Amino acid sequence: MFKKILIANRGEIANRIIQTCKKLNISSVAVFSEADKDSLHVRNADESFFIGPSVATESYLSLEKIVEVCLKSGAEAIHPGYGFLSENYSFVNQIEREGLTFIGPPSESIRIMGDKIESKIFAEDSGINTIPGSKEIINNFEDAKKIAKEVGFPVMVKASAGGGGKGMRIAKSDADIEDAFNSSINEAKSSFGDDRIFIEKYIEKPRHIEIQILADTYGNVIHLGERECSIQRRNQKIIEESPSSFVDEYLRNEMGEQAKKLSEEVGYTSAGTVEFIVDQNKDFYFLEMNTRLQVEHPVTELVTNLDLVEEMIRIASGEELRIKQEDIQFNGWAIEARIYAEDPERNFMPSTGRLKVYIPPKVPSGDVEGIRNDTGVQEGDEISIYYDPMISKLCTYGVDREEAIVKMQKALNNYVIKGIQNNVNFLSSIIRNKRFVSGDINTSFIDEVYPEGFSSKIDNNQDAFLCSLVAVYLYVKEQSRLIKKRSSNIFYEKSLVTKVGSYIYELRTYDRLENLIIEYEDSVISLESKWCPGDKLIDISIDNDLYSFKVEKIILGYLIEGLGFSDKIYIFTKQAFDLSKHMIKKEKKLDEKIIKCPMPGLVVSVNISEGQKIEMGDKLFTVEAMKMENIIKSDISGKIKKIYCAEGDSLASDQIMIEFE
Amino acid sequence: MEDILKELEARREKAKLGGGQKRIESQHSKGKLTARERINLLLDEESFEEYDMFVEHDSHEFGMEKNKIPGDGVVIGSGEINGRTVFLYVKDFTVFGGSLSLAHSRKINKIQDMAVKNNAPLIGVLDAGGARIQEGIDALGGYAEVFQRNVLASGVIPQISLIMGPCAGGDVYSPALTDFIFMVRDTSYMFVTGPDVVKTVTNEEVTADQLGGAEVHTTKSSVADGAYDNDIEMISEMRRFIDFLPSSNISEVLIRETSDDIKRSEPSLDTLIPANSNSPYDIKEFITKVVDEGDFFEIQENFAQNIVVGFGRVDGHTVGLIGNQPLFLAGVLDSDASRKGARFVRFCDAFSIPLVTLVDVPGFLPGTDQEYGGLIKNGAKLLYAYAEATVPKVTVITRKAYGGAYCVMAPKHLRGDINYALPSAEIAVMGAKGAVEILYRKDIEDTKKIQEHTEFYEDRLLNPFVAAERGYIDDVIMPRNIRPRIGNALKLLRNKKLSNPWKKHDNLPL
Repeated sequence: MFKKILIANRGEIANRIIQTCKKLNISSVAVFSEADKDSLHVRNADESFFIGPSVATESYLSLEKIVEVCLKSGAEAIHPGYGFLSENYSFVNQIEREGLTFIGPPSESIRIMGDKIESKIFAEDSGINTIPGSKEIINNFEDAKKIAKEVGFPVMVKASAGGGGKGMRIAKSDADIEDAFNSSINEAKSSFGDDRIFIEKYIEKPRHIEIQILADTYGNVIHLGERECSIQRRNQKIIEESPSSFVDEYLRNEMGEQAKKLSEEVGYTSAGTVEFIVDQNKDFYFLEMNTRLQVEHPVTELVTNLDLVEEMIRIASGEELRIKQEDIQFNGWAIEARIYAEDPERNFMPSTGRLKVYIPPKVPSGDVEGIRNDTGVQEGDEISIYYDPMISKLCTYGVDREEAIVKMQKALNNYVIKGIQNNVNFLSSIIRNKRFVSGDINTSFIDEVYPEGFSSKIDNNQDAFLCSLVAVYLYVKEQSRLIKKRSSNIFYEKSLVTKVGSYIYELRTYDRLENLIIEYEDSVISLESKWCPGDKLIDISIDNDLYSFKVEKIILGYLIEGLGFSDKIYIFTKQAFDLSKHMIKKEKKLDEKIIKCPMPGLVVSVNISEGQKIEMGDKLFTVEAMKMENIIKSDISGKIKKIYCAEGDSLASDQIMIEFE
Repeated sequence: MEDILKELEARREKAKLGGGQKRIESQHSKGKLTARERINLLLDEESFEEYDMFVEHDSHEFGMEKNKIPGDGVVIGSGEINGRTVFLYVKDFTVFGGSLSLAHSRKINKIQDMAVKNNAPLIGVLDAGGARIQEGIDALGGYAEVFQRNVLASGVIPQISLIMGPCAGGDVYSPALTDFIFMVRDTSYMFVTGPDVVKTVTNEEVTADQLGGAEVHTTKSSVADGAYDNDIEMISEMRRFIDFLPSSNISEVLIRETSDDIKRSEPSLDTLIPANSNSPYDIKEFITKVVDEGDFFEIQENFAQNIVVGFGRVDGHTVGLIGNQPLFLAGVLDSDASRKGARFVRFCDAFSIPLVTLVDVPGFLPGTDQEYGGLIKNGAKLLYAYAEATVPKVTVITRKAYGGAYCVMAPKHLRGDINYALPSAEIAVMGAKGAVEILYRKDIEDTKKIQEHTEFYEDRLLNPFVAAERGYIDDVIMPRNIRPRIGNALKLLRNKKLSNPWKKHDNLPL
């Protein structure tokens, strides 16, 4: 067994690996860039080394620097985590030349599986089910058109070196193919420095299901069941679970056997994942093999009770697998939700900045409550423009899917993040969506369920009423604190009116010390909580049902967040409400007639011109940030007065892009 | 007897209608509430006690003798906000446009006198058309009587002016003499002379809003301390605001019980100040993480944003917080920031509200604009205010405290009680670059030497320890412990007694 391991990564995965090192009494070495000086992974590791500027190409992607640090530190092996150098076979070669061990598969497996086209051919030759498509690289869009026709629309244009949704575009017909081809090439170039593109049949409403495998150097290969990763936005997974509600014993076996076969054929060792697309008839096709630890590995760990990082380390150190296929048991259900710094209400635009408030749900030791939160940040950290904007991976575990979902909902309701935009409400909304709950999901789930995009505003009577009750509770508790000692019983009885969007409720409150009674029409509701003014979270019992919400005081009311929404609840005394009808609604001010750059980034294209008339939702610019191309759409309709930026400009967050007349 | 009771009722009903239903509707159609509606929302339920409801004017000119309405355009009385007594006068626009007559001014005088005698805050609501021209000199005299009382009450009781409609001519000076002015956006404006007069005299075309709307007064002129979208929002926030203030300069402070632990440490503050001392950060994060429950009431939020001032509570006790804001102009002190800070410090001192100062200031803003604008005397106002203040003064230097600005921002030398610095503090005459260029002028061409000098200067002087060695800093504290440390300092200063030498009054550099 190794005595010292270097972790060539950052953030949550570096922390995750350090944890296993601690468990195995292996000394851990962290590396960090300028931006990560004060990061959690640096603090948690036994040793740490500075490896250069914040830009990943000069630090985490610099194989020379990492090998140098590894030799200097005396580490015997390198764990690459995921991303960065994890699937770079020249890195593996270099490591091995220096007499160090790579904790991962052999470089040849990485090379073959790392190439989208070669891997597909290899899989096909190995007898694995594959999707029809182009066998070769496509050089121009005429060829693209031809092949697309042969395969039949819809087709998917993909970057050969691609991954994580980058450099992927769908073309539904002849008309889309040029656009798809061009943007795929552009993104491939900027993300991977490799603009090779291919085309394959696009399977409609597929589910993304993958098989985790473990292989040792003695020829033993086992699979650890499936993970379903169908919930994706921009072709990137955001919710994953294990097992899949779509997979039965037979399908699991079939997929598992093929995954094992492919691993054997390619000479794989370590942990790896074979990704499949599964169509509505439960036919499955090979998508790609990820020759590394996956982001979503925790769900497999939760249901198999294995530590995949530990297994990887043991395999790399030459140990034989301690478990056989028949030893693998799947217990319970695990769900992972990826918490991202992004704005789901603005096309998942990445958000950067300081985590002014960061309170993850409480994770009791020993996972007794079935919550696991893998994170690399803490309150006060910066989500920088340099790296993936993932804040954490929140996992819940239950005896069945229903329990895991309930726990996830509660955990998300207790997750407080302020200072940057985040997708907690969006995840929460998905988790409580009926289709998700029933297991009716596919990779287009988000487009189908949120065709107009996600809105966190409350849109139904039931939630509006529930939030009104919570807001009234907060209001009464705050008000009664102010007057407690000065005059008594003012709040013994009070008529209040709440307003949530267009929902209005007239309530009567009776404050008692131990609970608050609210009368509404014919019902009498009892509210109990230990909340104190200033608390950012409330656990509240409403007629004995327990809820958790995030709360914040605003003028005339509260901002309440939870269950997938975030909305303002206004509270009036009866008298104030009756008078509020005289108040004049304010028109949009001048500063709302501008569009600002939502994140720091580079203007890749300008799609409009001055004087042009724009409708809400029209495409204005493409801005590249965090290596992703982001389309900036207009959230106002009007005529463009002035454009303040041009192609190639580097913009700061909130810099003005255009002004409307 | 019953008849008399009935008559009282009838007279009351009539008085309560003010200028009548039609005028009430007109008031509503402008998005404004009536005087009595405003009072009802501002005060605790059924706590209002009205005086002089039946007062009428005594004018015999221009046919006014035939036109009398009980109340005469202003409603006065007392009531409670969250159980605490306040006095108030509220202009009634529905009655003679709220214009000021002699009788009207006497009502205001009455309530001013009552507020001072009873040591309770006075709130004035303005929504009026100026002087009642028919009364001529009587109205002007009335104004002056109001002003005189505003001045005598200044520093004795908090005086708050709410501008909820027009406020022009003679009406503007009473608010200007009070402690705080708040405005309603779009429905209120304040100016000495209106757009018509401006047009006649200077030929300048300007709307009432451009001349004296809430936007102008909260961002440009600094006449107003805050603005709200409508009457209801303003009134609700005023109920919150008044709870930060003591009732008078001899009243006990108001303590609001809280479950927010005074020992709460904030690890995230350790990373708030960027490694690069030229990078900005938001001083308000310090402020909101220091005060109880993050509850901070900012004054003049949109004016001179390079300094942040406002009220918060620490361990339930109200404190005045002043912080240089690195997000704007690097937190530099200019004329506007100095005046804003000075006025706030003086208010707090007058009402025994302890001062908590967070310092990150690179100095005073250089340039002809500033010098021509009297930066010397404006800067001196803040210096003066801190120097004369006898309330508990707790100062934390978060980063830069350079030069003259160090001397101004509540240092030990201005009777600072407890002065802390964070490890990131740089207390020096100036930054490294400027200092080295002066000290080593002969080496200016030699970049290597300059670099060496700069590094030496940074190591030797840009830290809190030189000041700590001399006792100018009582302790160097961890950012995460800023709330517990400030809380403890304020606690031990609670019985601080300090007075200035007797004087008729001071001579602040106005």
